[in-house]
Amino acid sequence: MSESIIIAEINKGAIAPVTAELISAAIALGTTPIVVVPCTDAAIADGAGFEGVSRVIAVKGACFENYDASSWAGSIAAGAPSGIIIAAATPQSKDLIARIAAIRGISVVQDVVAIHGNNLTSPIYSGKAMQTVAISGDAAISVRANIFSPAASAVAEVSVVDQSGDIATAVKEIIARASARLDVSEANIIISGGRGMGSPDNFVHLEAIADVLGAAVGASRAAVDTWDSIPHSMQVGQTGKTVNPNLYIAVGISGAIQHLAGMRSSKYIVAINKDADAPIFAHADYGIVATWEETLPILQSALSAMMA
Amino acid sequence: MANIVVLVKRVPDTNARIVIADNKVDLSAVKWVISPYDEFAIETALQHREANGGSVTALTLGPAAADKVLKDAKAIGVDEIVRVWDDSWADLDSNATQSILSQSIIGLGADLVFCGKSAADTGAGSTGPGVAQRLGWASVSNVTDVTFEGGLTVTAPAENGAAIIEISGPAVISCDKGSIKVRKPNVKGIMMAKRASVNVISADAPASMVTIVSQSSPPAKAAGKKYEGPSAAQEVARLLRDEANVI
Repeated sequence: MSESIIIAEINKGAIAPVTAELISAAIALGTTPIVVVPCTDAAIADGAGFEGVSRVIAVKGACFENYDASSWAGSIAAGAPSGIIIAAATPQSKDLIARIAAIRGISVVQDVVAIHGNNLTSPIYSGKAMQTVAISGDAAISVRANIFSPAASAVAEVSVVDQSGDIATAVKEIIARASARLDVSEANIIISGGRGMGSPDNFVHLEAIADVLGAAVGASRAAVDTWDSIPHSMQVGQTGKTVNPNLYIAVGISGAIQHLAGMRSSKYIVAINKDADAPIFAHADYGIVATWEETLPILQSALSAMMA
Repeated sequence: MANIVVLVKRVPDTNARIVIADNKVDLSAVKWVISPYDEFAIETALQHREANGGSVTALTLGPAAADKVLKDAKAIGVDEIVRVWDDSWADLDSNATQSILSQSIIGLGADLVFCGKSAADTGAGSTGPGVAQRLGWASVSNVTDVTFEGGLTVTAPAENGAAIIEISGPAVISCDKGSIKVRKPNVKGIMMAKRASVNVISADAPASMVTIVSQSSPPAKAAGKKYEGPSAAQEVARLLRDEANVI
């Protein structure tokens, strides 16, 4: 069986849970996964063992302090064996594998949502269509979260490779996000508001529910374009962020094709809208035809009682 | 003084309906536009030229129909427009695309490249970093803000916030929407674009290692449960816990 190289997803100095899903993707491809952990401290690689993994390689180097595509790609490509490269479809890892693929002269398939043999399926046109491609030989692929079931943890042998590339871009300053709340691209639960919220001030009602659920707050393009205080970083949709959380709650969002393109692959969708004919309801697992003013307080108290 | 290349791609309008016929996307009826993020790349390149001098060349990979997006870029204010193409090319994979573009960028003598963070058709975002690697250049992706005082400084997302990054030397910068405001073409620009000629070049394309098997509509979603009235929120909360198991 050929080997594949899983690039561990790192979040807050630890192996992110999506890494366990990548193991299942590697096995679906008929490969034996090796996990590569880019790190400044090889101790974090102890958390990178999963059932089915043959070994773990900690690629350790000073360059991994801040993300720099050039040095990260060079160090990982030098420290990892050949094989199909698999990473999580996060903005950073998609960028990273594009450079690693270029070093190795192989092709890239991003945002994979299904694997059958050597056939990989990804959304195109922001999810308005799906495309299945066949890979021949090695390729670098990124896999969307919440598609493959996570592999169970296991103890794996860890080897350490010291490999630090020359940093090509100097980080002058890191600006911490003002809010402690998650970004929509990182969250497993998202509650988004549209122009139906009436005013940007009313987003506090979404934030209150987000606090109960540990969710991120998003917005439709209409909301971002209408109100300056709703930043583009919150925008979910074709010209914003593409998300596929476990739960997406759309409030006062009609469901324009632009917005659907960014969130339709969410596992569960709840829609709250006073217009019974809003297109969003065709995509909702649970739809509530009512005003948000009446609905959100009831939803918030029900969720608070459950989470208590 | 920088010799800047902006990568632009012709894509279906983002509001277009995507129709499938015979396991393939049928784009015969769509309106074509510059990929939206490429507009931010053009704007950033023009601002760089205004701050530091130099020239801006818009480069696209595509058949003659792609001349339209080059003319659109010319109307906004780029200096030169170049299209790389060979009629034997079809369904190029990322390796072939990046190889063609990097050969073209070297041929144009560029030392700075701007592109959109991803194209509106594939949404992959592989081209910027992949081209940078082939050129041996630095790259920063998903850039939301750029300043030109005292050298090129960009803002890009980082874990838990944003990083402010100084760029020295040749680099590929992929642009997100962020705070960049795009200018509109004026009448003079549109007139100049009409008269402008496209410089058509060619390059060597390696064989594609990825082949398209089929294209299809997204899987239809089973009909959900729909309730009237706000009190249903209580029941929906319960279903999210007991049926969907997502909270």
